[in-house]
Amino acid sequence: MDDFLAARSQMALSLGFHIIYACIGMVMPFFMAVSHYKWIKSKDDRYRQLTKAWSKGVAIFFATGAVSGTMLSFELGLLWPEFMKHAGPIFGMPFSLEGTAFFIEAIALGFYLYGWNRFNPWFHWFTGVVVGVSGLASGILVVSANAWMNSPAGFDFDNGTYSNIDPIAAMFNDAWLFQSIHMTLAAIAATGFAVAGVHAFMILKKKNVDFHTRAFKIAASFGTIAALLQPISGDLSAKDIAVRQPAKLAAMEAHFHTSEKAPLIIGGIPNEETETIDYAIELPGMLSFLAHGDFDQEVTGLDKFAKEDRPPVLVTHFAFQIMVGIGMFMMLLAVIFFLSYWKKQWLDRRWFVKLFALATPLGFIAVEAGWTVTEVGRQPWIIHNVMRTADAVTPMPGIAYSFYIFTAIYLSLTVVVIFLLNRQIKMVPLLYDQPEDKSNH
Amino acid sequence: MAYVVIAYLWLSILLYLILGGADFGAGIIELLTSAKNRIRTRKTLYHAIGPIWEANHMWLIIAIVILFVGFPVIYSEMSTYLHIPLVIMLVGIIARGTAFVFRHYDAIKDDMQWLYNRIFLLSSFVTPFFLGIIAASTISGRIQPDASDFQTAYVFSWFNLFSISVGLFTVSICGFLASVFLIGEADDEADRKRFVNKAIRMNIAAIVCGIIVFIVAEIDKIPLRHWVFGEPLGLIAVQAATVSLAVLWYFIYRGKNMLPRIMAGFQVTMILFAVSYAHFPDFIRLHGGRSLSLLELQAPPKTMEALGWALIIGSVFILPALFYLYYSFQRHEER
Ligand code: HDD
Ligand code: HEM
Ligand code: HEM
Repeated sequence: MDDFLAARSQMALSLGFHIIYACIGMVMPFFMAVSHYKWIKSKDDRYRQLTKAWSKGVAIFFATGAVSGTMLSFELGLLWPEFMKHAGPIFGMPFSLEGTAFFIEAIALGFYLYGWNRFNPWFHWFTGVVVGVSGLASGILVVSANAWMNSPAGFDFDNGTYSNIDPIAAMFNDAWLFQSIHMTLAAIAATGFAVAGVHAFMILKKKNVDFHTRAFKIAASFGTIAALLQPISGDLSAKDIAVRQPAKLAAMEAHFHTSEKAPLIIGGIPNEETETIDYAIELPGMLSFLAHGDFDQEVTGLDKFAKEDRPPVLVTHFAFQIMVGIGMFMMLLAVIFFLSYWKKQWLDRRWFVKLFALATPLGFIAVEAGWTVTEVGRQPWIIHNVMRTADAVTPMPGIAYSFYIFTAIYLSLTVVVIFLLNRQIKMVPLLYDQPEDKSNH
Repeated sequence: MAYVVIAYLWLSILLYLILGGADFGAGIIELLTSAKNRIRTRKTLYHAIGPIWEANHMWLIIAIVILFVGFPVIYSEMSTYLHIPLVIMLVGIIARGTAFVFRHYDAIKDDMQWLYNRIFLLSSFVTPFFLGIIAASTISGRIQPDASDFQTAYVFSWFNLFSISVGLFTVSICGFLASVFLIGEADDEADRKRFVNKAIRMNIAAIVCGIIVFIVAEIDKIPLRHWVFGEPLGLIAVQAATVSLAVLWYFIYRGKNMLPRIMAGFQVTMILFAVSYAHFPDFIRLHGGRSLSLLELQAPPKTMEALGWALIIGSVFILPALFYLYYSFQRHEER
């Protein structure tokens, strides 16, 4: 494997791994806090058990999120020293604020996990909320750093020198707002559907139905609200990109030739050699409308960019299709979920529960696909129109080996985490079925 | 602002060394405990570090973020030429962190525990060992950016006697910190005795390793002796560390818990101070006498300004909460 490819793959692997833990780590505390709130209010012991079960999940994910995040902050330098040398002082502001947010999160989690029966119940509850809020804040901050790579701001660049550096302006770059909104919604939707899905499985297996129904409702409420808003926010992002990164939009849509009344292409296999797309459904004018709000407007195609400035079309296009497809499906599920509040009996129907069980991994698949769109769609640039990824990579040879090592580690970690969660869920009947819960630690 | 940022950098390295170090050391102590006492030690350890565990390791992240925002060139050079030990240290950090959580949160306690423990103990040793290697390599003058072959550029930059001896020294310091800390967490007299014994052995190990470090530095022509003993301030720091060691043992035999901990922390502070003061503002010494200075290679003024304020404001939020956390989970002091 060539070193440049290895470095890119290692970065993608680490981020793709971290993002899952980060999403769960920033959203699940809110589920836990809601359940905790219901327990304090209703004194229904099942909510206390649910809160405890979820807080263990949060602890596992927080720790894995923290170590994989620590990795990332080193990997930025290990893999992209040239990039960090110049970008560090410009886009570093969110990272230094993020440090504070993480710290607060870690402290609050210490209070929360070990604070049962020690503190005033509301103080204890509040520390749980702080875990969620600071997690969310750190998520938004990193995304703002990433948005800077898409939409560089806060410096002047000529002839390879970076001057007039203003880290605050870099943090509030043009892309940060839409990207943060979309990411936050994605985290909530993905985690909500995943957690709801796991509990739906348990309901289908008729295990502890009462306990799991409560859990399902909390998680699904979060997930579905976010899933309803997601396509709206995605559309805003796309309009934004049409202006800022037309090459990325063209790659997403496999839009090879600049044209007016540009068609929206659904599915299909783009061919980068012949600049055509096979087997696709085309909706005339829709792309112009989605990108610019006008059916007749011209949409820039890939032909406006030199070959070496184009992102990989195949990957970007597929990833985008996957994300949007899943997004539409999740929105549909959300509509069904809200209708079922009105048609009460649906909630107990097997087909309803099955649909949600089926959707367990979808949110996270969409998250991975979405990041692929953002990152691969930005290629060949590491900083859009400023620095090429190939110029940023470390001079050290043999990165392939480190890629193999990390792949092995991440794979085994994934296996262990799944194994652990599986055991955790298996233990639910034993731990929580008795009316009196004695395991109190 | 540069001095504010450098102070925070120094402080977070120090706190990582003390708090994270004690945490690594706890694993090392467990490793060195006979099988029959291991479970007890593990319990004590868990009670002692459980709640504050995450927070202890945040200092490393803070230090790294300060480096890459405030001193990007230093961060890049370090990550390039010390790539290999950094990767090994990272693997250690991942393995340790996850094994620690897994062994506690696995809902079923069975043979998997054996595996988690193995990984935890091994990585508790490997991580600080490589941390020491990395720290030593930054000052040993072996990094050669203009080297033409792979070994000289990426291997001998850190793979040498001096770095390895500092690695061992770091491990023994971690063990010492942990055992002094655990003395105060002991449940009964017998446990306390065990930890005091551990502390004695770790102290001897640290002194032996320290002497080896000096000898190797002489052989490798690293002016360590001059840095530590040549400067009046460095000399005072070393003397203070020596005196505090005596005080520490006096308090341990008097049955005190808190004061020895403070003394142990103080010693580490003095050691770090003596070494870093001597070659301040250089952070990395390169081959051939060149060096990378914190003052010369700092980020542009606006960045330093913003970073400094972020750190100051951040610590206003963090420090009180952190103290409250440590305070709330201090079991023994109120007895
Ligand atoms: C649950 C996950 C999920 C779902 C259902 C969707 N997205 Fe998404 N999308 C993401 C998760 C995501 C993401 C992983 O969170 C990304 C990557 C970067 C970012 O900020 O969000 C993203 C990026 C992203 C981008 C690129 C932003 C950039 O590069 O700056 C666009 C244009 C869209 N999305 C558009 C959509 C549309 C039109 C959707 C319609 C249904 C949609 N997304 C559903
Ligand atoms: C967690 C969500 C993220 C995911 C899943 C993700 C995914 C990816 C992927 C797939 C690549 C490889 C692209 C390619 O080489 O074709 C990549 C590259 C990269 N990403 Fe991201 N990314 C994420 C967020 C970020 C953030 C927040 C940053 C930095 C602030 C970042 C920095 C980089 C860098 C430096 C590279 C390597 C250079 C490049 O290939 O462009 N990424 N990422
Ligand atoms: C856009 C993608 C990212 C998101 C949304 C994100 C979000 C988060 C969140 C919420 C956490 C808290 C841990 C938890 O609750 O489980 C976390 C941990 C961490 N992240 Fe990321 N992160 C992203 C990418 C990155 C990148 C690119 C870096 C490195 C430069 C990074 C560095 C860290 C670090 C150091 C931690 C550990 C801090 C702790 O102990 O909580 N993250 N991340």
